[in-house]
Amino acid sequence: MKLIKVEHAYKIYKNGTTAVADISVNIDKGEFVFVIGPTGCGKSTFMKMLYREEKPTDGKIIVGGIDVSKLRNSKVYKLRRKIGVVFQDFKLLPKLTVYENVAFALETLGLPNSQIRPKVLKAVEAVGLKEKLRNLPSQLSGGEQQRVAIARAIVNEPKLLICDEPTGNLDPDTSKEIMSIIDNINKESGTTIIMATHDKELVNKMKKRVIVIEDGVIASDDMKGRYKVHESVKNTK
Amino acid sequence: MRALRILNRSIRDSFKSVFRNLSLSMASIACTTVTLILVAISLILTYNVNNITTNLEKELTVVAYFKADSTEKDRINIENDLKTMPNIDKVVFKSKDEWIAEMKNESDTLKTTLDYLESNPLLDSITVTVKDVNGLKQTADKIRSYDFISSAEYGEGMVENIIGIFDAISKGTIIIVLALVLVTAFLISNTIKLTIFSRKTEIEIMRLVGASNIAIKLPFIFEGFVLGIIGSLIPILLTVYGYVYLFNTTGGYVFTKILILSDPFPFVFIVSAFLLVIGALVGMFGSWRAVRKYLKI
Repeated sequence: MKLIKVEHAYKIYKNGTTAVADISVNIDKGEFVFVIGPTGCGKSTFMKMLYREEKPTDGKIIVGGIDVSKLRNSKVYKLRRKIGVVFQDFKLLPKLTVYENVAFALETLGLPNSQIRPKVLKAVEAVGLKEKLRNLPSQLSGGEQQRVAIARAIVNEPKLLICDEPTGNLDPDTSKEIMSIIDNINKESGTTIIMATHDKELVNKMKKRVIVIEDGVIASDDMKGRYKVHESVKNTK
Repeated sequence: MRALRILNRSIRDSFKSVFRNLSLSMASIACTTVTLILVAISLILTYNVNNITTNLEKELTVVAYFKADSTEKDRINIENDLKTMPNIDKVVFKSKDEWIAEMKNESDTLKTTLDYLESNPLLDSITVTVKDVNGLKQTADKIRSYDFISSAEYGEGMVENIIGIFDAISKGTIIIVLALVLVTAFLISNTIKLTIFSRKTEIEIMRLVGASNIAIKLPFIFEGFVLGIIGSLIPILLTVYGYVYLFNTTGGYVFTKILILSDPFPFVFIVSAFLLVIGALVGMFGSWRAVRKYLKI
């Protein structure tokens, strides 16, 4: 069953820069997909279009049954509730504890405390931070902070988890830990994962679907792919 | 229930934010306070001026005296004419005999003097009460235009002056207050702008996890509301205690017995309610402006 359906999506910025050109791709429910490519190739724009941080200039993008390309600004929140997003820089609130940071997501949605508590505990446990519930982000290592961010992203049990270079700031060992947490989320709850990364080793080790974006177009899309860089996208077109 | 929880959270966050940016909040609150004190003064002044003007209007009459050779027919003529004029409230005729009887009642000396006279030297009169004090002069002129009227008098000049001054005072204060209300709204707007900037990450995360636009905006709107309400507290206390004190020390009169202050109760409470509402509205307007301008969702 398809969770994401992208048909001929374009993103052309007002200054004329084409970030994404004619991308078409389908992603099934429960899939784990790596999106790789050099810096500035358009992979971040592609991911941002999925959670409607960017609006496609042309084409059709359907995520979880919602037509993102036609979604009005005031209705974007309906899409976001189905998606969890994790960033390279964690984006935690420095004055809130681990528990509060994760609970924040549910509080803003107006859930009652009786529902927030078990959900937060479950999410924090899934990322293995149960012992550090009362710590502030400043008292945690980079890897632990990213785990808090993951817990916050999955606390509302989204269908799709988008990770934009989640291991970009972490050392190789910590990266592996984060990777295995995300892999577990994918396997245990069937959450679809789309992850942008530059980490060659991780991609090769995981043997998942790899979509390579170069110069705003999909250069290759392989099941059980490996990290690769196409020498010249223009020649392969 | 969900909406209630979001509302509850917004109010809690807005209070937190007021104290988190205390120095800026204090500036907004102080500006609101000063503005609302002036609003209070202007409200009290305007209301009392209106009150005094109404009192003056009630008192204001044109007294016209007939010439000695005027006839009964003239009297009926003028009475009928005046009654058709829109600005005339009441026309009361008093004959010279009634006048003399009244004067004789005033004092014994007057009675003795008047008794010496063979004929009544006084004149018949009509007393005209007007509805609108601004038409007083016009009415007096109209009455004067009859040949059989010897004179028509009212507090010429004085009344117009007093009313003119009061009018100028209330118009002036209204302009100053409006300007101050705008300044306050901008200051509050600025405070909220800085709050929005300082909470950028928080707003970003709220958007990412799917908080609805209203849930993101509400805390900021409430913050302006809270600033406005806090800013109105001192002006309200000043109004309640200050006006009652003024009323008690002056005995309700300013300078002369014509300038009567209106009763403090429930007047001060009405003014206080006004101040609270104005404070809240100015605060909300300021924050709404900042949210619209700086909180891009």
